[in-house]
Amino acid sequence: MSKNTFSIGGVHPHDSKISRGCAIEQLPLAPTVYLQLSQHIGAPAKPIVAVGDKVKVGQPIAEPGGFVSAFIHSSVSGTVKSIAPRPDLAGIPQMCIEIAVEGDEWAPGIDLSDTLVTAIPEDNKAIVEKIRLAGVVGLGGATFPTHVKLSPPPGSKCEMIIINGCECEPYLTSDFRVLMEKGEQVVVGAAILSQVMGGVPCTIAIEVNKPEAIAHMEEVIGKLGYKGISVMPMKMRYPQGSEKQLIDAVMHRQVGSGALPISVGAVVQNVGTALAVYDAVQKNKPLVDNTLSVTGECFPRQANLLVRVGTPIKYIIDYLGGVPEDAVKVISGGPMMGKAIANLEASTLKGTSAILFLTAKQTLRAPESGCIRCGKCADACPMGLEPFLLQRLARANDMEALEQNAAQDCIECGCCLYSCPAHIPLLDIIRQAKGAVLGAIRARAAAAKAAAEAK
Amino acid sequence: MSQLTISPSPHIHSKDSTTSLMRDVVIALLPAVICSFIFYGWREILVMGVSVASCVLLEWVITKYLLKKPSTIADLSAVVTGVLLGLNLPYTTPWWVVFIGAVVAIGVAKMTFGGIGQNIWNPALVGRVFLLVSFPTYMTTWKQPQGLFGLDAVSGPTPLGAIQEGLLSGASVQDLTAAYNYRDLLFANLGGSAGEVCALALLAGFVYLCIRKVIKPWITLSIFATVALTALIFWGVNPARFTGPVFNLLTGGLILGACFMATDYVTSPMSLWGGVIFGVGIGFLTMMIRYFGSYPEGVSFAILIMNSVVPLLNRWFHQKKFGRK
Repeated sequence: MSKNTFSIGGVHPHDSKISRGCAIEQLPLAPTVYLQLSQHIGAPAKPIVAVGDKVKVGQPIAEPGGFVSAFIHSSVSGTVKSIAPRPDLAGIPQMCIEIAVEGDEWAPGIDLSDTLVTAIPEDNKAIVEKIRLAGVVGLGGATFPTHVKLSPPPGSKCEMIIINGCECEPYLTSDFRVLMEKGEQVVVGAAILSQVMGGVPCTIAIEVNKPEAIAHMEEVIGKLGYKGISVMPMKMRYPQGSEKQLIDAVMHRQVGSGALPISVGAVVQNVGTALAVYDAVQKNKPLVDNTLSVTGECFPRQANLLVRVGTPIKYIIDYLGGVPEDAVKVISGGPMMGKAIANLEASTLKGTSAILFLTAKQTLRAPESGCIRCGKCADACPMGLEPFLLQRLARANDMEALEQNAAQDCIECGCCLYSCPAHIPLLDIIRQAKGAVLGAIRARAAAAKAAAEAK
Repeated sequence: MSQLTISPSPHIHSKDSTTSLMRDVVIALLPAVICSFIFYGWREILVMGVSVASCVLLEWVITKYLLKKPSTIADLSAVVTGVLLGLNLPYTTPWWVVFIGAVVAIGVAKMTFGGIGQNIWNPALVGRVFLLVSFPTYMTTWKQPQGLFGLDAVSGPTPLGAIQEGLLSGASVQDLTAAYNYRDLLFANLGGSAGEVCALALLAGFVYLCIRKVIKPWITLSIFATVALTALIFWGVNPARFTGPVFNLLTGGLILGACFMATDYVTSPMSLWGGVIFGVGIGFLTMMIRYFGSYPEGVSFAILIMNSVVPLLNRWFHQKKFGRK
């Protein structure tokens, strides 16, 4: 049993990987897709097509709106029908490009064959540019543009690439299936990333509840023969796949408050991202599809699907038999950090990892009772915070004390609320407080900058 | 599915609830309760019954008619207080004295502060100490018990009480402790309130709570360590005047107090080091009261005194935060 894990807090929810045996299937094309212009962290992309234009699969249809932003490519071939706001998963209007699907014609230059390309181009700058042009973003949840992560600020040095294959969220199995079925591509992707960062070692972190994936990846690495790539089995513990926690677990280094992983010499990329990097660099294929799990005990037709970005959620669910009778909540992502879907008409994004159905018994919250000061929330917090204290300070609106007690460090993993025996909505309250504290910190920094410039 | 439910993450919850934690504490106390029934017979059953019933009833009446809030008796915390109070009283305590203890424990120590989670002092201990100073005769008189199954168990004063009296009359500790052997101390068979008499049953409950991760062992272990160390020093210096470590660990309410009263969530510190200091304080004060105080036993007082310091300990000791010095 592996002992590799992070040093503070964490919880052990049942892993519920019930869709682990489902091989990845290709979802038939939807009649219409809707590509949201803001599906990455940073500035929304700017459309470069007009209504009525004919587009092909993999053709860029929106360009980055800033340095931290990403290209968006058409995931289908067809006609641009509209560029207009459309309610997203939460029901909030977001600019979308609507494309009516006609056939499946790919843009020229994209290699759609299954041949594994193992020879990596030498020019690192060209590689990063290819990744940027392919619209690759982090697929582990944060959807941070990958080319930005691969361009560390001057003065910082990467010492290790960590490929995040923990998949510590219960239910999710898409990364597991990718490791099992596209392990070679992931390893080539990892080798590309390691070369770009200066030939640093690369660790593929996989939790021990996926022993097949650990064995398979070790075999693939041995077969492909790249230097410096290794698999690290991790103890099962949530939130191991969180960037800061994973760096702590693998490198025994803690990223400081408000700092980036590169400050301790780490760059973390998700398994899906490594695959997207392979596709972009070796196959010229932009990020137009991703693998997601459709799962839940109440959902009879479990699946891991390869889905074109922008496919309506409802189309996916209907393809698999519709929303089950006893499901009360449909979640985009895992049960710990995923978002409850308010609008099934909304479409998938690059970073959508799962559609999860939960029953009333599984998900409805018990009524809140009084805090019994058991300290289970503080034991569970992977950031070493004291949620019981933060929620009290938040209810008292004591901004100064909230900042002193590091409310801004909260990673919103949900361990506190998960473990609270009194069912106090700790994270709900702390999340709001964190937003306010971060706002105050930013305002202060902006004021200080303005004052410095005025001198 | 007719309607989608929307709420922020996380969307699942651990199986723990206040009720499940309190149920575990009750289960952990059962061996000691059963032992006390066997040793002391129907009068102990009466004491325990009155204690638990009045604690639950009082909490229900107070929440419903005085606070006009939803009742909290389903969380079982009043049951825990009732069982602990019952274990803290001699089996001979009259039912109305037990009831007064429950009024003080639930009515004064718990509900006046706002109910579960709000009290500063351990309710059962406040009840016990109130009875100890108000009804000393009932609280320190020990009669020949009639155990269940005709088990002929206990007689005479508590070991700690006997030694204090003996010391006052000029005898040495060696002579006085010669009357006790450690097997008897471990398996009860000595005078004392119900929960003071069966060390093994209490320790089994403590191990259960640790395995179920209801409590962490640090507070309890630091109490035991401090008691043992303090006793070792004094006993080493003057064995004729001071009792030794093993005797002090096994007698009085130390095991009940250290395992079940000092570890009460509400009235103990949240952090590891806060808990250790809390435990050291309880151990040291207990020994000071036993050696130099006018009461033979000091665990209850020591815990209540350290309960008062908990807000300060919570303020001084925090978790180590990730990525911060």
